Amino acid sequence: MTAPTIDAPDVKVLNRADLTRRLVAKLKCDEAVVGGIGNTNFDLYAAGHRPQNFYMLGSMGLACPIALGVALAQPERGVIALEGDGSILMALGCLATIGMVKPRNLTIVIMDNGIYQITGKQKAATAGTADIVAIARGAGIPDSHWVRDTAHFETLMSRRFDEGGPVLLAAKIDDTSGTAQTPRDPVLIRQRFMRGLGTGRQSALDA
Amino acid sequence: MTWSDSFLRSLKDNDVRLVTYVPDNVLTPLIAGAAADNYFMSVGATREDEALGTLTGAYMGGLRGVVMMQTSGFALIANALASLVVPYQIPAIIVVSERGTLGEFNTGQATVARTLRPTLDSIAVTHHTLTDEATMPFIVDKSIKQAFTTQSPVVFILSPLLTGGNPLAAAKLR
Repeated sequence: MTAPTIDAPDVKVLNRADLTRRLVAKLKCDEAVVGGIGNTNFDLYAAGHRPQNFYMLGSMGLACPIALGVALAQPERGVIALEGDGSILMALGCLATIGMVKPRNLTIVIMDNGIYQITGKQKAATAGTADIVAIARGAGIPDSHWVRDTAHFETLMSRRFDEGGPVLLAAKIDDTSGTAQTPRDPVLIRQRFMRGLGTGRQSALDA
Repeated sequence: MTWSDSFLRSLKDNDVRLVTYVPDNVLTPLIAGAAADNYFMSVGATREDEALGTLTGAYMGGLRGVVMMQTSGFALIANALASLVVPYQIPAIIVVSERGTLGEFNTGQATVARTLRPTLDSIAVTHHTLTDEATMPFIVDKSIKQAFTTQSPVVFILSPLLTGGNPLAAAKLR
């Protein structure tokens, strides 16, 4: 049995926008980042748009599956899924799939505030009982960790693919709203992301 | 060539390598055929919307994919279609093995099957019902090409007329 991890006394409450900025600052190899619905992608956008960012505007719970697809298509590129605790609770099965497929280039970051912040701060199961790290370990992702503080987060985000993978990091965060609004143009988001990944369609219109 | 070999041939002819699915009896030869062939990358998913998400990411990363599911699984993907695949213009190749018709014993399957075509029609997603081995290669090949050329999803509904349906279901009919 995996020991409960949720009461780790040294896990500090962090801030999503701050963590996201720290994450983006760590990216040096055009890593792909898939931002889940709502606050997760708002703060990803707020941290400064990058060509390798994908912003999800619906499809709650699918940030990790989308990131898995990118990771399978481009095994030499680092891929990061940013997801909220409510979203991952909706899609826990994908952790079992990722645990089975074991993409070494995939890192999942769960921003866990224990609430459905954007819909009115309703309490989520993660507020007191559900332990995302224990769930992920049980799903077959042994390299799953609670982020203790910002320095620990930066250390964990510095891993190399040849150390194995996938990795899941869960951070307890405060209840602050997202700090920007992502442009809501799905086709533009996809096309820019694909160009960022080197898979975009080129035409005479790009001259 | 069996219908499943023919279908896999059309996938290969169009560079569709990722096969992600939630299992179904009728789909067994397709799933097993893909798993036995190194050309394909097979990924079993826990839910049908998860499979569509993985296909979407793979497509954007340059890897073409197909999602396979049974009729009842289709009922789980309305949001993934309407808020991801359709608005982001993802050429998702989707296979639905049709239950709930032409000899169904399970009322639940029969009811959920009635949501299939109206759901697709309501969001203007192209669908073709495959009924025979003679016309299937043309329909599948041309429709996959159209999907990628026009950045649109396409759904292939595998009729019991093509597959023979679910043998376990047929055995329960009186």
